[in-house]
Amino acid sequence: MQTISAPAAFDVAAVRKDFPVLDQEVNGKPLVYLDNAASSQKPLQVQQAMNDYYRHDHANVHRGVHSLSQRATDAFENARTKVKDFLGAASEKEIIFVRSATEGLNLIASSYGRMVLREGDEVLITVLEHHSNIVPWQLICEQTGAKLKSVDVNEAGELDIQQYQALLTNRTKIAAFNHVSNALGTINPVKQMVKLAHQAGVTTVVDGSQAAPHLAIDVQDIGCDFYVITGHKMFGPTGIGVVYGKQALLEAMPPYQGGGEMIKQVSLEKSTYAELPAKFEAGTPDIAGSIGLGAAIDYMNEIGIENIAAHEHALLEYATAKAGEIEELRIIGTAKDKAAVLSFVIEGIHPHDLGTILDHEGVAVRTGHHCAQPLMQRFKVPATARASFAMYNTFDEIDVLISAIKKAIKMFN
Amino acid sequence: MSDLRDLYQEVIFDHNRNPRNYGVLDDANRKAEGFNPLCGDQITIYMIVNNAGIIEKVSFEGQGCAISTASASIMTEELIGKTAEQAEEIFDNFHTVVTGGESDADIGKLEVLSGVKDYPTRVKCATLPWHTSNAAINQLDEPVTTE
Repeated sequence: MQTISAPAAFDVAAVRKDFPVLDQEVNGKPLVYLDNAASSQKPLQVQQAMNDYYRHDHANVHRGVHSLSQRATDAFENARTKVKDFLGAASEKEIIFVRSATEGLNLIASSYGRMVLREGDEVLITVLEHHSNIVPWQLICEQTGAKLKSVDVNEAGELDIQQYQALLTNRTKIAAFNHVSNALGTINPVKQMVKLAHQAGVTTVVDGSQAAPHLAIDVQDIGCDFYVITGHKMFGPTGIGVVYGKQALLEAMPPYQGGGEMIKQVSLEKSTYAELPAKFEAGTPDIAGSIGLGAAIDYMNEIGIENIAAHEHALLEYATAKAGEIEELRIIGTAKDKAAVLSFVIEGIHPHDLGTILDHEGVAVRTGHHCAQPLMQRFKVPATARASFAMYNTFDEIDVLISAIKKAIKMFN
Repeated sequence: MSDLRDLYQEVIFDHNRNPRNYGVLDDANRKAEGFNPLCGDQITIYMIVNNAGIIEKVSFEGQGCAISTASASIMTEELIGKTAEQAEEIFDNFHTVVTGGESDADIGKLEVLSGVKDYPTRVKCATLPWHTSNAAINQLDEPVTTE
């Protein structure tokens, strides 16, 4: 086996000890978990933080005068501060806890979209988007009479920036695009895209779901108006996501959902709304989820996002080279800037069959359209197989993947 | 652990490589489309059902995995010459076998697909062509989906 060593500061064996779920056999073979773009595993530190909260501190937040309620509120707000720092936001008021990136995008489309969109206006998305950054815009466009436009990619899976610029017209009100493509791994030039949008007076929404586990994020440097992330793809729990929004925009927007927590005064005729961020957090939040997300951020910071990115980059380069040696394999998505995703098809083997055969070898990959059907149509494939890497994956695991693919090819031919 | 060869028998590879009755049936008087939204598989079934209610010809086209392609291919061979009631009975028996239910019924050539019962995530691959045929026979207008 060819050996490539990870950066000295990074000890993958030590990292793997924090993820006991990886230490198991599947179908009699050691588990090789390469479905991280769908959902990553959670380190013990995250599990422990959530468990500790439920064992010692649970009560509802922002309500009782009793000690547990205060402790729960402190832990919840402390998690918000961690997210604020992680994203480089200016204030905790700009950090809204939601259920997922999907809910976050729906919040922005429903609240901001409804506020600004009129008949004949345009919303610009890209063919690289996950369904969660397509369908909410389709819904709000249907309701407001606005039009949805989309930017194409080249054969490598890189956005056509000239077309993007041309599609930013005086009718465009919102541009929504991902930071990293979940299906291909393409890293989009978001800072440049935000700048171009702002020059055209267009508000920007960045879906950072796939960027957060791999890249250092600084929303003020990117300059975007909104940025969303989801906990479960960045080593945190399911059920928690975040909307970052510039304070002035969030203040101008109407609430997304009504209920407790988000109000100042309620009478039967009329209510006044709470200050940010509570205005957008109706109902009892996922307190444990936010604490788990905070612990995931602590964990990533401790290892160092640069170390994580360097290790994953080395894994991707190794996997890309090894996959390139297989004649029947075609990589879908060969952008110059990529993060941790190897999407491919094998001549003569449907991805579903490949997925089953790989599972028999203990290798977990995602097969299907990756919630990106327009992108699959663009590349004229019904589906792909996708191996996606995280900080705990190893070069040996990529060797197992490659030999399992070769086994499948042998079986089918 | 089940052997992968129980799922991928040679007959399955054969039908996957050379699907029988593949393509559009121009003079079809029954047609239905089926989708598996989870994996993007798509199938169209064409049929000629005569006045006596007997399926004279069946064909399919679309894109799918080896399991769904083989299931569709073998299905077309099994359905020719059958009535709607007989087709439904074959499907019921087949469905029972691939979902791991108890059945003494002889499902003939379809037996090669019985390995699917150990792979719950793949049952829909095997049954999509059948659900779609059912829709064609019963002239349902809505496309069929596995979800």
